[in-house]
Amino acid sequence: MAAGVQQLAKPKTRLGKRLAPYLLIMPGGLWLLVFFLIPIVFMLSVSLQTGNLEGGFAQTWHFHRYIEVFQQYRPQMVRSFAFGTIATAITLLFGYPLAYWIAFHGGRHKTTFLFLLLLPFFVSFVIRTLAWQFILADDGIVFGTLKSWHILPAVISGIAYNFLPFMALPLYVSLERIDRRVVEAASDLYANKKDVFLRVIFPLSIPGVFAGILLTFVPAVGDYVNASILGGTNTTMIGNIIQLEFLQNFHYPVAAALSFILMGILLIGIFIYARVLGASSIEEYV
Amino acid sequence: MSVVLAQETGRGPGLAPAGAKRRWTRLVLPVYSGLVLFYLVLPILVMILYGFNASGPKRVSFRWQGFSLFGYTHLFAKPDLTTALKNSLFIAVVSTVIASILGTLIALALVRYRFRGRGVSDFVLFMNISAPEIVLGASLLSLFVSFGVPRGILTIIIAHVMFNIAYVAVTVRARLAGFDRHLEEAAQDLGAGPWITFAKVTLPLIWAGILAGGLLAFALSIDDFVITNFNAGTTQTFPLWVYGAVKVGIPPQVFVMGTLIFGFGVLIALLNVVAQRRRA
Amino acid sequence: MSDYPDPRVPMDPALLRGLTQRRLSRRDALKYAGVGAGSLGLAAFLSACGVKGQAKASPTPSTFDFTKIYGDGTPAGVLNFANWEAYIDVDSKGNSPSLKEFTKETGIKVNYKTVINDNDPFLAKIIPVLQAGQDTGYDLIVITNGGGIERLIRLGYLTPLDHKYLPNWDANADPKTKNPVYDPGNKYTVTWQSGFTGIGYNSKVIKTPPTSFKDLLNPAYKGKVGMFSNNQDLPCPALASLGIDPNKATPDQWRQAAAPITQAKDAGIIRSFYDQSYINALENGDTVITQAWSGDVFIAAASKDFGGDGFPEMKFVFPQEGPIYWHDNMAIPLHAQHPVDAITYMNFVYQPNIAGMMADFIWYVTPVPAAKDYVLNTLKDPTVANSPLIFPSADDLAHAWQYKAFKNTQEEDDWNSVWQPVYSS
Repeated sequence: MAAGVQQLAKPKTRLGKRLAPYLLIMPGGLWLLVFFLIPIVFMLSVSLQTGNLEGGFAQTWHFHRYIEVFQQYRPQMVRSFAFGTIATAITLLFGYPLAYWIAFHGGRHKTTFLFLLLLPFFVSFVIRTLAWQFILADDGIVFGTLKSWHILPAVISGIAYNFLPFMALPLYVSLERIDRRVVEAASDLYANKKDVFLRVIFPLSIPGVFAGILLTFVPAVGDYVNASILGGTNTTMIGNIIQLEFLQNFHYPVAAALSFILMGILLIGIFIYARVLGASSIEEYV
Repeated sequence: MSVVLAQETGRGPGLAPAGAKRRWTRLVLPVYSGLVLFYLVLPILVMILYGFNASGPKRVSFRWQGFSLFGYTHLFAKPDLTTALKNSLFIAVVSTVIASILGTLIALALVRYRFRGRGVSDFVLFMNISAPEIVLGASLLSLFVSFGVPRGILTIIIAHVMFNIAYVAVTVRARLAGFDRHLEEAAQDLGAGPWITFAKVTLPLIWAGILAGGLLAFALSIDDFVITNFNAGTTQTFPLWVYGAVKVGIPPQVFVMGTLIFGFGVLIALLNVVAQRRRA
Repeated sequence: MSDYPDPRVPMDPALLRGLTQRRLSRRDALKYAGVGAGSLGLAAFLSACGVKGQAKASPTPSTFDFTKIYGDGTPAGVLNFANWEAYIDVDSKGNSPSLKEFTKETGIKVNYKTVINDNDPFLAKIIPVLQAGQDTGYDLIVITNGGGIERLIRLGYLTPLDHKYLPNWDANADPKTKNPVYDPGNKYTVTWQSGFTGIGYNSKVIKTPPTSFKDLLNPAYKGKVGMFSNNQDLPCPALASLGIDPNKATPDQWRQAAAPITQAKDAGIIRSFYDQSYINALENGDTVITQAWSGDVFIAAASKDFGGDGFPEMKFVFPQEGPIYWHDNMAIPLHAQHPVDAITYMNFVYQPNIAGMMADFIWYVTPVPAAKDYVLNTLKDPTVANSPLIFPSADDLAHAWQYKAFKNTQEEDDWNSVWQPVYSS
């Protein structure tokens, strides 16, 4: 918010201030540089190679591949974004009230609730998803009925389930931060709860909403587990295709190109979204 | 804070209907939250229930066939499973601690300072989250192979920290955004050194964020299959084991293990509640 | 199979090792020079990215010197064995009696790891390692035919087998598993277990037993039909149901066989294309008729006291056009540390009593027909011994088809381009 001002106010630590961010970033940054960036840059070069596993791959700078694979797998790409969007909306709908409740009414046991929220994840995803397969089965309990009314497409509900904590936790983190005195002051000033929420609490929780959507939508679009266990016909997502091209067909360049298209669209989306949300409250956030 | 101030003007005071308010916070919200929590735990409840299913010894079945304690009495008949579970817990704990520290430092830098390279750092974090797991796993394996690094617990930990840093950083940052720096300045003005200030002022303020980020990291780590599979070498983890077992059928012990993990977690939560009650 | 390229021919291991070392071949160096791509380090990294193919060499078998691999045949005393979960006999304490017997007889200690969860992820993990000329950490692996094992053979990543160490295999292996289409002469592999792809159904719902893969397309079962989502178990039965040998079919016949499945999918007859979870779908009631693997259905139908799931209504049928007969194969990866120990074990499991001990637990098809006597008379387990799913009759096998063995990558790609849109869309 006021880093510049502080720098002026404390001239003797100016050098330290200038170095500080780099020192803070360095350990994690180096880790990501070596174990993420360098490998991913080489994957980028793989995406521009031609050939096959047996004959060998050669660097041909085949940029056209990006257009080819996008056209070939456009339906799956579009479907992934659609599923991701719906699932994210569901997690927001489910996660926000939950996070709000824990943050404002959780009392002393907030940490405990957070812990409970994540407990299902200590049991393997295979088991959770198989349990869902059973719950959603035709002969299964309640959800069989819901599904037959086409209320609950299995893949989307599976994704929403798996990513709910990734929405709820950042939401909680930003809601819990809100100064209660501000809320009280607002209650005194505004007539009703609704206004207090819409004009004070919600705007203040925007960083959490942003983080939550980021951590939910982005991995949800690339998800493949739910589609492969809970899916029916015509529910294949782009993550499944990448998996298939990489593991079964050994088309490394195709899989890499699809991954970068996916990442590219997501990154552009994130930045547009950040600008749209770029109100004063998250001005320093992005 | 500026948002609040801007919006606080131009609105007259009034009285909220107290009854409606209470109904909302006392009834609707807890019930709704309860339902959401139930939704989260539902598959686990199914799993716990079917851990007692009298299904055959080879694999669990999701159709009720009567009550049995078979899975419990034969819990350690799968030595591989126990080892895999131990590995998973160790990897999750270590990688969570490392990723929480590194991620928090990055978040501090990004929120606190404007510096050259800030945009790039942001970009890298978002890219890390949006990269498909298979690309992360395969490219990291190539790195290890080309430098002759033997795959094992160490490489799994490296990989887990790699994909967890961004999650922690993003979560902690949600906490830090709009963070009031005057508190720290006040502490420093009162004579506290930077370390004391950090330990006594900053850390308590961002602790919830670190905790949430750490929990996410732990959940991601203990449940990761794709990236782990690439970089595990001959080491076995719980998800790798379970995924492999699906081919032939999941033995009932997996459900029992899951139940015990879950029960252990609930126990910790309860102890925590009791401890807090004592303190209060 | 004379039309095969011939990478299977054993070659000098020193030469093999040389070929698989990470270094630029002249051809590649030219390419890189043309591109002008940065440093040698970058090129080396790229090649390690698992994106470099193997140059093929074809020395003649007669010049092959097995002593370079197996020395004088003295085991090292250690065997690192990578297998699938629940794919060996296990006693109530979780130990394998047959492995114990092996150690007792040979003194070789076995590090048995159930690390293979699926062919594809496992191959994706070991191929870059093999490409870098490094040891995978395993002396013995079990890989299915129909893609995985052929690929390893084509890439030259398996150690040739010296059959002088395999007298038991020679004497006891089912002739039907010998000299398979994917590994003529068993130069690199011997069968671990086999299985059938046929039809599983719920006899409570379906009263007239299905007789053909074509029954899966019956509109009467709309929304209750399961099929496999891989490029062998779906296409091969479809081709067989038209009376076409999957290994002889033409691309036009592939499309001809794929068309009705796509139609059935669009008409909503097929509920989903499943991986291993098809059996849960069948037990859950999501499907009532499904493509199925023999061992799975045997487990589903067997009574609980016997170790099954206790669903006697689950039935498996061999379609009249013949089931698909697939094989999981033992092989020694290149650069394995203990090849003698591995081949000693391969030979060990081909004794009828050992094969019987394993068959009585695994419930897939053992490659040792003589194990039947052992199971029937020594273990006194007629249910297993008399099951056609574990000890198939010559009649069952007569009509069986093999997974498609790809001649080269191009053919595999063409095949996939027809079938993948069917099961993955």
